[in-house]
Amino acid sequence: MENNQRLKLKVYTSLSFPLSSLPRQTPISSPFSHFSPVQYKRVPLGFAKMASSVVDLPPKGGFSFDLCRRNEMLEKKGLKSPTFLKTGTTIVGLVFQDGVILGADTRATEGPIVADKNCEKIHYMAPNIYCCGAGTAADTEAVTDMVSSQLQLHRYHTGRESRVVTALTFLKKHLFNYQGHVSAALVLGGVDITGPHLHTIYPHGSTDTLPFATMGSGSLAAMSVFESKYKESLSRDEGIKIVVEAICAGIFNDLGSGSNVDVCVITKGHKEYLRNHLLPNPRTYVNPKGFTFPKKTEVLLTKITPLKEKVEVIEGDAMEE
Amino acid sequence: MTKKHANWSPYDNNGGSCVAIAGADYCVIAADTRMSTGYNILTRDYSKISQLADKAVMASSGFQADVKALQKALSAKHLIYQHQHNKQMSCPAMAQLLSNTLYYKRFFPYYAFNVLGGLDNEGKGCVFTYDAVGSYERVGYSAQGSGSTLIIPFLDNQLKSPSPLLLPAKDAVTPLSETEAIDLVKTVFASATERDIYTGDKVEIVILNASGMRREYMELRKD
Amino acid sequence: MERVADSQRTLYPYVTGTSVVAIKYKDGILMAADMGGSYGSTLRYKSVERIKPIGKHSLLGASGEISDFQEILRYLDELILYDNMWDDGNSLGPKEVHNYLTRVMYNRRNKFNPLWNALVLGGIKNGQKYLGMVNMIGINFEDNHVATGLGNHLTRPILRDEWHENLTFEEGVKLLEKCMRVLLYRDRSAVNKIQISKITDEGATLFPPFSLKTYWEFSSFKNPTAGAEGSW
Repeated sequence: MENNQRLKLKVYTSLSFPLSSLPRQTPISSPFSHFSPVQYKRVPLGFAKMASSVVDLPPKGGFSFDLCRRNEMLEKKGLKSPTFLKTGTTIVGLVFQDGVILGADTRATEGPIVADKNCEKIHYMAPNIYCCGAGTAADTEAVTDMVSSQLQLHRYHTGRESRVVTALTFLKKHLFNYQGHVSAALVLGGVDITGPHLHTIYPHGSTDTLPFATMGSGSLAAMSVFESKYKESLSRDEGIKIVVEAICAGIFNDLGSGSNVDVCVITKGHKEYLRNHLLPNPRTYVNPKGFTFPKKTEVLLTKITPLKEKVEVIEGDAMEE
Repeated sequence: MTKKHANWSPYDNNGGSCVAIAGADYCVIAADTRMSTGYNILTRDYSKISQLADKAVMASSGFQADVKALQKALSAKHLIYQHQHNKQMSCPAMAQLLSNTLYYKRFFPYYAFNVLGGLDNEGKGCVFTYDAVGSYERVGYSAQGSGSTLIIPFLDNQLKSPSPLLLPAKDAVTPLSETEAIDLVKTVFASATERDIYTGDKVEIVILNASGMRREYMELRKD
Repeated sequence: MERVADSQRTLYPYVTGTSVVAIKYKDGILMAADMGGSYGSTLRYKSVERIKPIGKHSLLGASGEISDFQEILRYLDELILYDNMWDDGNSLGPKEVHNYLTRVMYNRRNKFNPLWNALVLGGIKNGQKYLGMVNMIGINFEDNHVATGLGNHLTRPILRDEWHENLTFEEGVKLLEKCMRVLLYRDRSAVNKIQISKITDEGATLFPPFSLKTYWEFSSFKNPTAGAEGSW
């Protein structure tokens, strides 16, 4: 218990064991081990709602960062926090003469392993606004879904088409509130009443307004294409060509990016989502003869020991004594 | 004054996968040719395979500078061996030498993951597989490097080798023909490339048999 | 444990140079680097030569710690001098110099006292072109085009797309200028004073420094807040 006093920690009922039972040295058992893998990918560290027993003041709203401190302490003690599905990505966007073009690769990774070879990274925000996401897959999906729902409500309320700044403001507010812990790096593009717009949004909530933008681990590779080829007032076809080239630069030069090219062209009153616009990575080799796999598990033992005979079944209420 | 200083590590991981399969009268040794650091590809055409003797070929992944130093150390030692014994080192002898060379640097290891393939004195295929500090074992097939966790289960399934505990001892060599083994190697590399980001670009396949040595290449995904 | 202040090792770089980019072309090797010398994020020196000819057949480019680079040049001077003293008509080619450098770099990392550089070695001897790289921990390789530092991220995608075996001198220079322009835009420690040098069977040529033309006139650059009116 001295451990807790020294670190002034509150005890959370959500923990499956008291903190004082932690051994002082590594290795320590993981408090995440009671989650199934699918679940823990979706729980952002530090934002599980506080189930606290010791609260001095009534909650006034805002955010609690207490779990971050707990996690930091646990990590110092040698806890391996669960890894998330990352879209170590190439995402890009550019403004062309009559709108905005967004592009993305389709690889999702978990460490060195490709978790999804053909995922979608261009998210719907509004009929006239789309958003590419890089970072932790769950964060990019959650944040774009949340904002797109807010935009929908806003449209019901106002009866007007959503504006890109509105989406931008929602996104940056959310991300700033979470101080970079929601790891979503976004390229937001759309066409509204005020014309075409392209923005980048960093995980900490800062934003940029740009004629061309790249994000993700392949951003430098993609930027090398934009910096040497982008001009103002490109035609639709020229625009798509440069976007595809930029994504391909990411796909082929950045190990975090790969597989196919998705493109989304947004113009005034119209959009075109070109899913798998280019498939530049076909499988290189398939064994002409194919493979056979053993149909069943090998039988190691055929002797059957009937369990029933060894168990004495007591009829009636055994608890009563 | 506390000055924040740029940190450096004496090690890096340059990725890549290595596979070797031994047959009754051949040995196939293969590795991809991608060399990377972090998320960056340094070059798409770097051979991880080195011929240490007439009948001993090593494929290594890990930290390129250490791998290169290891290769140089081994070929220097092999040169001395040739001067002293007027013959090429056998594959099992080279296997022991490699183990000793790795263990020599036990407390500042070569960050190298090796498979050594070749033909033994009876002309039978042999494969030796290592860890970074020289623990080794003669096996029928092996995979090392970044894609090994994907490759080994598939090889296990296709080439289930007899338990080394069986009596009488059974040969560890695989039952496949040479062409079947090459097909299998191509398949495992194409598959590892699908899911391991550090494996790709090209696979280099070296085949050793009674008629000598031969090399083949096959293109892999470049993303 | 040794105290940091007493240490004689390079613990962090002082004055550094940024990327070097080099390619093979029809007649030999072309290499480009800017002339900035950064002291942390301060642009301390503006006329540092980071490409030097080595012996008769090689060209060495360096990024990273400038003093370590100059130390390496001293080693190489000695190497070339001692080789000349044989007076046997032989001379060290790029392959030999590169191999020497890989061993020097790797040895220093083994002593936990690295030379804080990424080096590019290009050259041609008897019509045989050679282009290789080595970094502070001894990783080394050859390729048709190489780049150090941020150049690896920003210029190699361009080089992989556009490089081919039969680039003429003019095409090669144009390609390098394209790479250097991207670096100038996107590498904060790059400066617009660039040196290109070539080496062919006729020997090395260092061209005088020059500046690149840049373009900053995109309309959204002029009034950036206009793009997000209503937000902050």
